[in-house]
Amino acid sequence: MQNALLEMRAITKVYPNGVVANKAVHFSLCEGEIHAIAGENGAGKSTLMKIMFGMEEPSDGEIYIRGEKVKLQSAQDAIDRGIGMVHQHFMLVPSFTVAENMVLGMEPRRGLGFNEAEAIRMTEETARKYNLTVNPKAKVEDLTVGMKQKVEILKALLRGAKILILDEPTAVLTPQETEELFRELKQLKEQGHTIVFISHKLKEVKAICDRITIMRGGRTEGVFQTADVTEQEISRLMVGRDVVLKYDKDSPSFGEPMLTVQGLSVNDPQGKALLSDLSFTVRAGQIVGIAGVEGNGQTQLIEALTGGLKGVSSNGVVTVKGADIRDSDLLEIRNLGVSYIPEDRMRQGSAGDASIADNLISTRYRSKDMNKGIFLKGSKISSLTASLVEEFKVRCSGTAQPIGMLSGGNMQKVVVARECSTSPELLIAEQPTRGVDIGAAQFIHQKLLELRAAQCAILLVSADLNEILEISDSLLVMYEGQIVAYFENPAAVSEEELGLYMLGIQRQDEQDIRRAVNHV
Amino acid sequence: MFKVKYFEVIRTSAVIVIALAIAFLIISLVSDQPVTTIGIFLLEPLSTKGHIGNVIEMAIPLMFTGLSVSLLFRANMFNLGAEGIFYFSGVVASVLAIHLTLNGWMHPLVAIAGGSIVGALLSAIPGILKAKWNANELVTSLMFNNILFGVGLYLLNYHLRDAKAFANVSFKFQETAHLSKIVPGTRIHTGLIIVLVLIVVAHLFLYKTKWGYELRMTGANREFARYSGIKTAKVIILVHLIAGFMAGMGGSVEVLGMYNRFQWSSLPGYGLDGALVAMLAKNNPLAVIASALFLAYIRIGADLMARLSDVPSEMISIIQAVIILLISAEQFLKFWKNRMLLKEAKEA
Amino acid sequence: MNSLLSVILTTDFAFSLLRVTTPILFAALGALISNRAGIINIGLEGIMLVSALAGVILSAYTHSAWIGLLGAVLAGTMIAGILAFFTLKFKTHIILGGVAINMFASGGTVFILYLLSGDKGSSTSLASKVLPSVEIPLLKDIPVLGPIFSGHHILTYVSILSVFVVYYLLNRMSLGLRIRSVGENPHAAQSVGVSVIKIQYTALLLSGFFAGLGGAYMSMGYLSLFTRDMIAGRGWIAIAAESMGRGTTLGTALTSLLFGAADALSNALQVLNIPAELIATLPYVATVVGLVIYAVSETRKKNRKLKSPLAK
Repeated sequence: MQNALLEMRAITKVYPNGVVANKAVHFSLCEGEIHAIAGENGAGKSTLMKIMFGMEEPSDGEIYIRGEKVKLQSAQDAIDRGIGMVHQHFMLVPSFTVAENMVLGMEPRRGLGFNEAEAIRMTEETARKYNLTVNPKAKVEDLTVGMKQKVEILKALLRGAKILILDEPTAVLTPQETEELFRELKQLKEQGHTIVFISHKLKEVKAICDRITIMRGGRTEGVFQTADVTEQEISRLMVGRDVVLKYDKDSPSFGEPMLTVQGLSVNDPQGKALLSDLSFTVRAGQIVGIAGVEGNGQTQLIEALTGGLKGVSSNGVVTVKGADIRDSDLLEIRNLGVSYIPEDRMRQGSAGDASIADNLISTRYRSKDMNKGIFLKGSKISSLTASLVEEFKVRCSGTAQPIGMLSGGNMQKVVVARECSTSPELLIAEQPTRGVDIGAAQFIHQKLLELRAAQCAILLVSADLNEILEISDSLLVMYEGQIVAYFENPAAVSEEELGLYMLGIQRQDEQDIRRAVNHV
Repeated sequence: MFKVKYFEVIRTSAVIVIALAIAFLIISLVSDQPVTTIGIFLLEPLSTKGHIGNVIEMAIPLMFTGLSVSLLFRANMFNLGAEGIFYFSGVVASVLAIHLTLNGWMHPLVAIAGGSIVGALLSAIPGILKAKWNANELVTSLMFNNILFGVGLYLLNYHLRDAKAFANVSFKFQETAHLSKIVPGTRIHTGLIIVLVLIVVAHLFLYKTKWGYELRMTGANREFARYSGIKTAKVIILVHLIAGFMAGMGGSVEVLGMYNRFQWSSLPGYGLDGALVAMLAKNNPLAVIASALFLAYIRIGADLMARLSDVPSEMISIIQAVIILLISAEQFLKFWKNRMLLKEAKEA
Repeated sequence: MNSLLSVILTTDFAFSLLRVTTPILFAALGALISNRAGIINIGLEGIMLVSALAGVILSAYTHSAWIGLLGAVLAGTMIAGILAFFTLKFKTHIILGGVAINMFASGGTVFILYLLSGDKGSSTSLASKVLPSVEIPLLKDIPVLGPIFSGHHILTYVSILSVFVVYYLLNRMSLGLRIRSVGENPHAAQSVGVSVIKIQYTALLLSGFFAGLGGAYMSMGYLSLFTRDMIAGRGWIAIAAESMGRGTTLGTALTSLLFGAADALSNALQVLNIPAELIATLPYVATVVGLVIYAVSETRKKNRKLKSPLAK
């Protein structure tokens, strides 16, 4: 590559908590191209992009711009070198006008005052130059999402960006807005700009990108001319396992249906479908896995099953052990024998300053074993929590230690211990091993299998393919709020095949999907 | 070496040492005989039975408000309303002490109960506004302080004022309404027993009951509490009721234990001092005893110093300000904690 | 009622309205600037008190009211600087920091007063100076308007001028743009290279500056000496006024005037046997009511969104 505009060589990033986000990543950007970085969640895309924009410093490796070695220590450094970024969460001040947002931090002045006319002129000039129409006097809070994005792009251009990084820009757009964005990006390219396009939507990547860098597990899997690779090939490179874990599983013995979802549909306030016509069953002793790229309705499904349907208009029926739960809150659902491991252990799953013991009893302090009238049974609680800590091998200095001082893996073990030790009849496990070390992950998987042997029904939502393929008895794939595939023997499904469904390239026919209701 | 888990203790001690050092510095700058004056400040409060009595008398209201604020802070409620409630409940108890006719032990009981209940109900208002509509409890409670002061002052000036008295004070309380003194030679009254019992009850409540557990979890992480099935709105209202009850009881006890007439024509400041006591106690009920006694000790020390030397007692508010600024400063000595953490991580 | 009207509808009343509004207005403008930068400064009461004392002391020792004024304003800015240092550098909780400032001021001023004058109540023994009142030529001869608007204390005119200055600062200057952006979306500000900490420092110092002017007015205009706790809740009323004014300059100024009127009226209303103590609570009651109305409407708005949620 003679004319590499920006080159990143052997970039490694290790976070203070020991997570290795990038491992010797290479990335090279040619002038005037639209270059996609594709990869699953956790593949290291965002870290790479933050390093490119000076928001994170690499632990190792070098960055070159036009052959010159540079150090990007802040976003300002990157801006000064002609790099601009459009964040997924817009960096705009809602009550300001478009023009004010455009010039913030580099305001034109007239005497003492802020020169609004000049700001408007600058906005209009930039808008005209790049053929991106905006109304400089409109308030940003009144704009549509697509318009806001346009303002963000203009902001970067006004600051002299020659390289534009767009972080999943289409995630928030309607199809029409996406088309318009693509038109604009092509135009920018013609004017000599270089664009880094981060996405996992393969159709879009194919539609506008010249080249694609594929990342997986913090490494680069390859760089291709988009025209030379098929969607299938991309998906095979994106979706894959590094290590295959194997578990000894008892042969399944399924009991009564514990969770039944029939024709569940939910729309957002704008009428966009979040979940459409979901139907499946989870039986006692069965683990049903839900795979999918994040943001395809899994979060909304979990919310719907854990009390989120209360006061929401929805279609369809959701029952736990035959009881309709659409009007129940989480406590009422828990009282039916449901446990729930939430995705975010810091925000929902634990109280950091509270002790391990306090965190262990939060879902059972109401039960009669734990209290006498209003008083908690202290000795009962200490013996229970001590035995849980031992059973789940939580490494700590004692049950009085604040949970916030534990490592991620040990903290997650506490959450799992709490949810798994109440002999639940249905367990909803959302990313149960995210961000924990391999040892803790295997331990948690064993515990899930033990519960399964004890005839607990488990709904497992995970972005971790190892987990979902090895643990589940049957597997659903979600794409854009729908179930697009159903597999009876996940361990036999190849990653390539799964990738096709996860990325929306293929879809099973309705009858195959319907098998999820009865598992026959 | 020191362990990270002792960090908070070390930090609190460091704050107290710095505050005392500043006190000594001020005294040295101001006083003609700094050594003697520092001696008075430090030793005089403990020199006689009467002075020790003064410290304990002063600590009683501080324990009430410190306890009240501790519970609110524990629930992560930033409410500084104890100030106004302490005052207003004092007025309510005074009304009952003046106008009711009851026998010797019923009278203070009824007056204190009246003040406490009114305190609880008034405190519930910001609580309900917070729980139902997420109205900022800090601003409402601060506004309530001024409102309650205005209304209380109106009651004093228009309905309770004894025209025959020389100052702006209420009619005399009935003899039956007074709290009895329990230590001869001091003015320590039965309020001390009440507050100590209350502290023990609060400790048991917080650490040994379901409700206390719900309160602590709501304060530690409201999202987690909700996820665990705790009705956090109810918890927030409950903690406001309890805290108001305690602050109200404090105002009532103080009035009946220490005075013959109601005579506060400005807010007495115990509510905000309560925030300081709670911070020093790390929102721990039993530790409120020690932290209230410490604050009372340096205040009496300053009072005695003012009486026996040339340094005015108002020095103490400078010291208090320093304590608050440093004790709530997250970053203060943080670098040291990080160093300890790093060291422990390496050793492990 | 007639007797009340006859009190209110006089040029004297209108004159005194401006007189009592001045300190509230200054402090409310200070509250406005720091709030717009996203930091609530509840130490205004204390800052005003310290400034009032500083003005008296400096003018007494230098025999110049103007140096006194300068000292008062510097003292206010400095106290705000201390608050800023602790909250922005040491991460002291801003509210507790404010409480500390107020505690420091109410005792510390008496402490210093006593050391200098031997009196804990007031500064009668210090020969402090007073800033002048100003007759405005031409205007003073116009009937009705003249007696209302002419002859005020110089700082009263400054306070009115300050409304325009603060409006210009917040809405027409790039500093104001940055202050507002930091208060509304600090990430956005940071992402374009605006230093959030620096802007918040500036905003707190400015709030101390205006509160300092208010303090100077209290001891070198409203009264001609310092007395213990002489601010008497005006700092709190200012916070209430800013809150009722919904963070706009004009709203803040008008609410300050309204609360000033409540203050001025408290004397007038005694004619109707409405006690001054109760009138004094009106600003606070109004603020609570305003806050609740706002909170209820916000919750309603949010609930409507939640009615069909599941969206993140």
